[in-house]
Amino acid sequence: MRLKIWGCRGSVATPGAETTKYGGNTSCVEVMLDGDDTAIVLDAGTGIRALGLDLIGRGTRQIRLFLTHLHLDHLEGLRFFAPIWDEKVSLEIWGPRSPVVSLRDRILRSFSPPLFPLDFRDVPARITFHDLPGEPWLGEGVSLHSDLVLHPGPTVGFRLESGSSSIAYLPDHEPALAGIDAASPDWLSAGALARGADFVLHDAQYSEAEYPAKIGWGHSSVAHAVEFSRAVGAHRLVLFHHEPVHSDRELEELEERARELTEDGVSPPLLAREGMVLEVI
Amino acid sequence: METQQQKQLVLILARAFASSLSTPTLLADARGYLVFYNEAAEAVVGRRFAETGEMPLDDWVAAFEPRTTDSVEIPPERRPARIAFDERRPSHADYVVTSTDGMSRAIEVSAFPLFAHTDEFVGIIVIFWRA
Repeated sequence: MRLKIWGCRGSVATPGAETTKYGGNTSCVEVMLDGDDTAIVLDAGTGIRALGLDLIGRGTRQIRLFLTHLHLDHLEGLRFFAPIWDEKVSLEIWGPRSPVVSLRDRILRSFSPPLFPLDFRDVPARITFHDLPGEPWLGEGVSLHSDLVLHPGPTVGFRLESGSSSIAYLPDHEPALAGIDAASPDWLSAGALARGADFVLHDAQYSEAEYPAKIGWGHSSVAHAVEFSRAVGAHRLVLFHHEPVHSDRELEELEERARELTEDGVSPPLLAREGMVLEVI
Repeated sequence: METQQQKQLVLILARAFASSLSTPTLLADARGYLVFYNEAAEAVVGRRFAETGEMPLDDWVAAFEPRTTDSVEIPPERRPARIAFDERRPSHADYVVTSTDGMSRAIEVSAFPLFAHTDEFVGIIVIFWRA
């Protein structure tokens, strides 16, 4: 199982000279499985635009898109995802249900004036909608589990398993709001999703100095990401959902801080960057 | 994914909320098990939650001999927690309990069901005050 990161910026896309190394596109990750030509995609931030062109080039027509939530930075690329404008494409969209409005109706809001010139009825691809969390989704050699996690509004995290390998994807997550206590793992938001994972892609939007002014906004400091990773016994932390105002240099300072906080004998944390491929065997 | 208990997110949030309150508050899950009470409740019941641990809420409440101010025993089905649990609606009552220190205390109890979605009952929250 391999993951390719097409976008790892948080909140809003940030193109520019200061972000060329780690990228400015918002969240999108592709899950690649040997021998399976169905595309599995996590989130539809602006990173999905380039992925869409790549999928067209590969001739992929079966796509499964799993959305952690519907904040714009995880949805804004969908309208520019080239495969949806191809009538031969079949797209399944999975996302968290809301207590009030269906997943379909919430997504369709972004496909209507004045937010967008075209209506969802104009989209030629066959699109179906499915609520999360639910029973694990089982694909060819992979399973995907979801559960609600701590972030404002209905939000899920994902755990992908293939054989004995596992990856947790928690791009928007503030577990510190309810406490990160390794002694009470059943009370830890996303604890079961991330337990013992080979890679945990986790929200690390803020520095420790920035976090106190942003408590309750739904994101983590680098220190909390490290603490969460330690609490769940993850093998390697990947720092994700980079704060828009952080330049490449500032991100590297945060990576260095995360490594300082990680004890000896544990693989050092990595900064997610566009184009990065993570492989688990 | 390995089988592992994971509390429902609403309960995780409720526990964080209750932990920050100075009002005695307890939580039970969808099985009817007491899963948490806060420090303020510890002061009233006379025992720390860490000593109690998870247990059926009815068993835990019964140990405090809830009764009316006229010393008439209150059957489980008339206690606010059971009403919130069984009938999925808020309930309130005044009654007297005996704490683990042997003291009788008059309390007011309000219980509410917790729904993550309209069709997803995840437990109850019970708040009580010394009357």
